[in-house]
Amino acid sequence: MTVQHDNACCCTAARRLTVDDLAVMREEYAARLHAPNMRHIFICGGTGCHATGSIAVKNRLVEEVAARGLTDTVRIVETGCNGFCALGPLLLVHPENIFYQKLAADDIPELVEEQLVHGRQVERLLYRDPQTKKPIPHFGDIPFFARQQPWTLRNKGVINPESVEDYIGRDGYRGTARALLEMTPESIVQEMLTSGLRGRGGAGFPTGMKWQFAQRSAGDVKYVLCNADEGDPGAFMDRSILEADPHAVLEGMIIAARAINAYQGYIYCRSEYPLAVRRVQIAIEQARALGLLGHNILGSGFDFDVEIYQGAGAFVCGEETALMRSIEGKRGMPRPRPPFPAHKGLWEKPTILNNVETLANVAQIMLNGGAWYASVGTEKSKGTKVFALSGDVNNIGLVEVPMGTPLRSIVYDIGGGIPKKRKLKAVQLGGPSGGCIPEAYLDVIIDYEEIAKVGAIMGSGGAIVMDDRTCMVDMARFFLDFIQDESCGKCTPCREGTRRQLELLEKICAGKGEDGDIELLEELSSMITESALCGLGQTASNPVLSALRYFRDEFDAHIKQKKCPAKRCAALLDFTVNADKCKKCGKCFQTCPVQAIAWQKKEVAVINRDICVRCMSCFEACPFDAID
Amino acid sequence: MSCCNHSHGVASGCCGTAENDSEITPEQWAEVHAIIARHKETPGALITVLREAQGVVGYFPIELLDCIAEGMNIPASDVFGVVSFYSLFSLNPKGRHTIKVCTGTACYVKGIREVINRIASEYGIREGETTEDRRFDLEGVRCLGACGLAPVMVVGEDTHGAVSADRVLELLKKYT
Repeated sequence: MTVQHDNACCCTAARRLTVDDLAVMREEYAARLHAPNMRHIFICGGTGCHATGSIAVKNRLVEEVAARGLTDTVRIVETGCNGFCALGPLLLVHPENIFYQKLAADDIPELVEEQLVHGRQVERLLYRDPQTKKPIPHFGDIPFFARQQPWTLRNKGVINPESVEDYIGRDGYRGTARALLEMTPESIVQEMLTSGLRGRGGAGFPTGMKWQFAQRSAGDVKYVLCNADEGDPGAFMDRSILEADPHAVLEGMIIAARAINAYQGYIYCRSEYPLAVRRVQIAIEQARALGLLGHNILGSGFDFDVEIYQGAGAFVCGEETALMRSIEGKRGMPRPRPPFPAHKGLWEKPTILNNVETLANVAQIMLNGGAWYASVGTEKSKGTKVFALSGDVNNIGLVEVPMGTPLRSIVYDIGGGIPKKRKLKAVQLGGPSGGCIPEAYLDVIIDYEEIAKVGAIMGSGGAIVMDDRTCMVDMARFFLDFIQDESCGKCTPCREGTRRQLELLEKICAGKGEDGDIELLEELSSMITESALCGLGQTASNPVLSALRYFRDEFDAHIKQKKCPAKRCAALLDFTVNADKCKKCGKCFQTCPVQAIAWQKKEVAVINRDICVRCMSCFEACPFDAID
Repeated sequence: MSCCNHSHGVASGCCGTAENDSEITPEQWAEVHAIIARHKETPGALITVLREAQGVVGYFPIELLDCIAEGMNIPASDVFGVVSFYSLFSLNPKGRHTIKVCTGTACYVKGIREVINRIASEYGIREGETTEDRRFDLEGVRCLGACGLAPVMVVGEDTHGAVSADRVLELLKKYT
C-alpha cells in the first residue's frame, strides 16, 4: 500500500525563500550580532536546565533588564542544550563571552547590575576549576569547552532553536541550496562517500553507501527516516541536537531525500523527549512557511515534506526494521534482513534511516565538501563524534571530539576527572550493546574499529564513567535486566536466552552463585549472539562478556568468597560498622529509614541487623566507606 | 472482528451499550470519537490514536480498546497487541501523580536504586504499581536523557535532579 501524501500543508508557504534571500538574512543576522553597544545573553533552555529552573531565571532576567531600561541594548536568547548540563541553569554573555553557571532567579539582579550595567564580573557565579578552585570567567578558557571541536554541535548554545532566522544567519540552509541547485543526486552521494561519514547511531555503516543503495533501488515512492528514538540509557546527544539545532536535522533529511529522490520523510522521536518534539515541530512549521519544506524548495523544483512520528516507549524501535513497523502502527518487532530497507522498508518501499547525529552533519558536508570533513579523524573513522559523558565524572555533559581522540583525554582533560578523588574503574561505551573499557585500556582512541578491539562498541555515544564503588557483576546484571525488559519476544534466543542469563547473574549477585555459572553464561552468550534475529539480541551479551573479560575476579569473589568487593550487592554485605573507619559523624543514623542504627555523638554507630531492611541508604550516606 | 463480549451498537461506529456503563464520561467519549475521526483515514495512525486517547482517558479499559478497534477498522486483537507491546500504554487506571524514576545507566551508577527502595518502603508500592489511595504510580523509565542531573525523578510534569534517598520523601510531600 502507498501513503497518500497530504499536500495541504505544503501549499501554505507564506513566502518562498531564494538563495539571495538566505544571503540577505545572513547579513542581517551578523549585523544584529555585532551591533555596537548590543549585548546578547544566551541562556540555556535544554531539558536539563529547564529541570533545574532556567525558565524562572530567564523570566527574572527579562524583568530585571526591563526594569533597568536595558531592553534596547540587551537581547535575551533562550538557546537549546548548551551541553554542560551539570552546571545548569547557565548563561553566556556576548560579546565578552563570560560564562555564568548554577544560577538561581535571585542571583539575577546582582548579575544584571554588575555585568550589564558596570561591566564587572560576578565572581561567585563563575565556573571554577574543579582542582584549583580558581574562577575561569571566559567561555573559551574552560577546559570542558576549549578542548572540544564542535562541528555537529556548532550551533548549540548560540542560537534560538525556535528561530529559523538565527539558523539561517549561521549558514543555515546553504548546504541544502548547494545540494538542490548545484548538485545532482549522484554527486551528493559521491560527496557523502568522500566525507567518510559513518552511521552515528553506533553501527558505523558508511552513510554514502546506504544512500547509494536506496538511490539505485527502483521505485517512485521512497522514504527518508530520521531515527530519534534514542533509547540507550546514558545517551542524550540526539535529544540535545534536536533541542538545540532542529533545522540541521531537517536539512540533512532534505539533502538525503534529494539524493534518493524521496518526497516524504518521518522523524521517529521518543515520546520521552517532549521538548525535542515541540522544537522539531516548530522548525518544520517555520521551514514550511518559508518554502524550505514542501513544494519547490528554494526554487529548485524539488518537493519534500517531513512529519514527526512519536514512539511509545520501546527500546527495540531504534532497530531499523522495528522502527518502520512502528511507524506503520504495529508492534515494533524487527524482521530478518535482507531485504534491506534500502530495497524494502517502510510500507515495503525503498527507505533510508539515519540517526539524528548523522543527519546533523550532512548540510556542512555539502557546504564545505566531503574532503573537508574527511580531513579530521583516523583512517577509517572520519570527522567528529559527540559523546554524552555522565556517571562518576566531574564535568557531565555533551562532548564533541575529533575521531582519534584518546578516551583518557575525554575523561580527564574534558571531563575533569573523577569526583571525590576516587579511582576510575571503567568507562562504559555503547549502552546495552556495548562494553566497559577498564582503566588499563583508557588510552584507546575514538575509532569504530579500535574501540571494538577492546571489547566495546562506539555505539551512539553514551559514555558512562564508573568509579571504584561500581560492582561490575551488578552492572552486567543491570544491562541484562534492561535487555530482558526491552526484548520484543519475537525470537527465542533473545526472549528466553537473556532471561536465563539474567537469572544466573541475579543468582550470583544474591550470593547463590555456583561453579559452572560463568561457563554457562559464556555458552549462552555465544549461542544468543549467533542466533538472535536483530541487533538487540545479537549484542545483548556484550556487557556480560566485557565484564567477564576484564573483571572476572569480581565474578569469582561473588561466587567463591560470597563477597562483593565494591560493596554494591546488598545480599553479600554484612551491614556492620567498621569501627576503624567510622568517623562518628552520624550520617548513617540520620539517613536510615527504619531507625536500625544506634548512634550518639562521638560514638561509633551500631547497626541492628534485626531491624535493618538492607536498603543500602547508609552505604550511600557514609563518606568514609565504614560500612561492610 | 471484535474479541469481547460487548454488544455492539452501530450508531456512531462504537459500542453504545458499553459506553453507557463505563467509567469514561460522555465528554471523554466525544473526544475519543473526534480523535478517531481525525486519524481514521491515515494508514499507520493507530499508535497516534492510542497515545491521544490515553491522554484523554488516562488508561485503556476494554470498552475503549473495542471502540478504537471498531473506529479504526482494525481487529481488536491487533489493538490489544499494540497496547501491550509499548510501555507508554497502560491497561490499568493511573494514580493522581505518576512518579517516573529514571533507571538509566547514569542514574543507576549514581544510586537511583536507593531512591526507589525508599519510595517503595514508604508507600508500599513496587515499580509498575499504584498506591491504594491512587495517590502515586511508581514507574521505572529507561533513561529520560537528563543524565547530567542523575539520579533523576519526574513527578507529573516536574523534573527533580540529583535526588537522594534522603530527600525523596520530602520532595513527594507536596503531591497530594
